[in-house]
Amino acid sequence: MKELDIQELERRFQEKIDNDIKIEPNDWMPDNYRQTLIRQISQHAHSEIVGMLPEGNWITRAPNLRRKAVLLAKVQDEAGHGLYLYSATETLGADREDTIDDLHSGKAKYSSIFNYPTVSWADMGAIGWLVDGAAIMNQVPLCRCSYGPYARAMVRVCKEESFHQRQGFEIMVQLANGAPEQKAMAQDALNRFWWPSLMMFGPNDAESKHTAQSMKWKIKRHTNDELRQQMVDITVPQIEILGLVVPDKDIKWNEETGHYDYGEIDWNEFWNVVKGNGPCNKERVDARRIAKENGMWVREAANAHAIKRAARKAS
Amino acid sequence: MVNKEWPLWEVFIRSKQGLNHKHVGSLRAADAEMAVDNARDVYTRRSEGISIWVVESNSIHASHPSEADSLFEPSHSKVYRHPTFYEVPDGIEHM
Ligand SMILES: [Fe+2]
Ligand SMILES: [Fe+2]
Repeated sequence: MKELDIQELERRFQEKIDNDIKIEPNDWMPDNYRQTLIRQISQHAHSEIVGMLPEGNWITRAPNLRRKAVLLAKVQDEAGHGLYLYSATETLGADREDTIDDLHSGKAKYSSIFNYPTVSWADMGAIGWLVDGAAIMNQVPLCRCSYGPYARAMVRVCKEESFHQRQGFEIMVQLANGAPEQKAMAQDALNRFWWPSLMMFGPNDAESKHTAQSMKWKIKRHTNDELRQQMVDITVPQIEILGLVVPDKDIKWNEETGHYDYGEIDWNEFWNVVKGNGPCNKERVDARRIAKENGMWVREAANAHAIKRAARKAS
Repeated sequence: MVNKEWPLWEVFIRSKQGLNHKHVGSLRAADAEMAVDNARDVYTRRSEGISIWVVESNSIHASHPSEADSLFEPSHSKVYRHPTFYEVPDGIEHM
């Protein structure tokens, strides 16, 4: 067979994408596509794992056994999501330990939302409802992503996510219908998580440098602003049902567009947190690094155990 | 040797009696038994399975995408391997 030149390979690759044929690990792909996916999927994996920390903070202090079992199950799911995603990066030839070390050195990013503290039980409600809600909105279109292993991981993740949002909303419903102090807790959590949740969709389309290429490659199906608008439109009526107040004085139904208008996001805050200066950035990354260092003996013990077991079998 | 990275395993789950084991994903574990334990925790938390296979990833030998034409093209032209190729006169039943 004649050696194909790179342009021809790229043309065939794009043709497959245009025809909605999935790309699988051993297929030829442009190096940029591979690197974009490794970056995006590993950031996504880090977000799942770092995202366990703010909620893990409340497992021992959940108000009752039911809530504790639910929160534990949710946080365990997030660990699973991290694993599916790290596995997907491995299919692209990325080294798992390298990607994790990039998180620990600060080279790799993760979703900024997890750099905010969880100061009250109501935050468990707001996170499940808003943060997992925003994550679902991002992840549902990723189920149709052009890269097979990523798309398949997202199908699994989305199936598991739906209870995450419901358990959070249930917490909010209970607090919002409880004593005045409980309702105030719910409002306070909403106030603190509303804007960071909208920031989860990333910079405005005009500022988003990867969007056009990612959409051409069908890694991304909607722009950041489209998804953010969808989040606002879906969530505002839910806030009203809770009897809480949207923490945005500019929020207003727009008859003409059929969407809610909303206020300007504080992009200075967004970039500041992305750059590592959020309230908990250091604490989160330290926690991950310490977990790896202090957990090293477990890896070694498992290897020692495997060697022993193999020797016993052989004898 | 105790310092090495755990090997990668591919996980296959039988969702119910009577169905094939199906590939669901992969994970790392120090040996096969631990891989089964981990697979149970990661891939069957919602009654997705009743049986687990794990296979070390580097034991899997795969056909290469560049061979796809020579491997699979020949069957495209053999339409007579499908029942729809044959004409059955009207009125014939149970065939
Ligand atoms: Fe998740
Ligand atoms: Fe979640």
